Amino acid sequence: MREAVLFFFIVVAGTAGELCVSRAMKGIGEVHDFSPKSILSFVLQSLRLPWMWLGIALMSFGFFSLLAILSFQEVSFVVPVSALSYAVGALGAKAFLGERVSRNRWVGIAVVCLGVTIVWWSRR
Amino acid sequence: MTHTRRLQLKTIPLILISIILGPLGNVFLGKAMKSVGSLTSGRILDLVPIASRAWMSGYIWLGISCLLIFFVVHMLLLTWADYSYVQPATSLSYVSITILSYLLLGEVISPLRWLGVTVICLGVFVVGRTSPSTTGAPKRA
Repeated sequence: MREAVLFFFIVVAGTAGELCVSRAMKGIGEVHDFSPKSILSFVLQSLRLPWMWLGIALMSFGFFSLLAILSFQEVSFVVPVSALSYAVGALGAKAFLGERVSRNRWVGIAVVCLGVTIVWWSRR
Repeated sequence: MTHTRRLQLKTIPLILISIILGPLGNVFLGKAMKSVGSLTSGRILDLVPIASRAWMSGYIWLGISCLLIFFVVHMLLLTWADYSYVQPATSLSYVSITILSYLLLGEVISPLRWLGVTVICLGVFVVGRTSPSTTGAPKRA
C-alpha cells in the first residue's frame, strides 16, 4: 500500500512535472543557437514562466518520493515499475499538450504495462 | 570517413555512457537511502533526522552527480541524434539497472523479475520506434 502511494507520486508528479516543463519549453520555442550567451538567456527566459516553476516543484516532489521508496525497496524493483510513466506521459501529453499518440505507441505502452505488472508480481 | 560513420562513432559511445550512468545514479541513490534507515513513519518530524543523514551521505551526491552527467549526455545526444533512435537504444538501461543492482547492491533477481524487465525493454523499444513529433511540425528531410 505504502509502495502504491509512493509510486503514484513518482509516476504522476514526475510526469506532470515533465509535461509542465514541456509546455513552458514550447512557449519559448525551438533553440537554434547554442552559444553560451543564448543558452543563458534561454535559461533566464524559462525561469520567468510559471509553468516552469510548477514543473520543477512537481519533479522535485517526484524525486523525493523516489528517495523515500528507495529507503525500503529494491532498486531493481523500483526503477522498472516507474516505467509506468510511459503510460501516464502518453495520456497526459494527449490530454494536456494535444499530442496525437499513434496506435503503435499505444501498443508499446501496453507492453510496458504488462512488463510492469510482471515485475510487480516479483515484489518481496 | 563518411558522415554517417562519423556520427555513429560519437553516438554509440555516448549511448553506452548514458545506459550505464543513469542506472548507476539510481543504484547510488538506493545505496544511500538504504543506509539512512527506512522511511516507514508518516510523521513529518521523523523525516528530519533521515533527511539530514541522507544529505550528509556521500552516495547521495555521487548518485545525483551521475544523474546530472547522464542528463547532460542525453541532451547532447538529442542535439544531433533522432529521439526515435535514442529512446529504443536507451531502453537497454532497464537491463543495466538490473545487472548493476545485482552486482553492486547484491539484490537477488528472480526469473520472474528478469521476464518483466525484458518485457518492459521490448515495450519501450516499440514506443521509441514511432514518430517523435505528432503535433504537425513540418518533417525535415
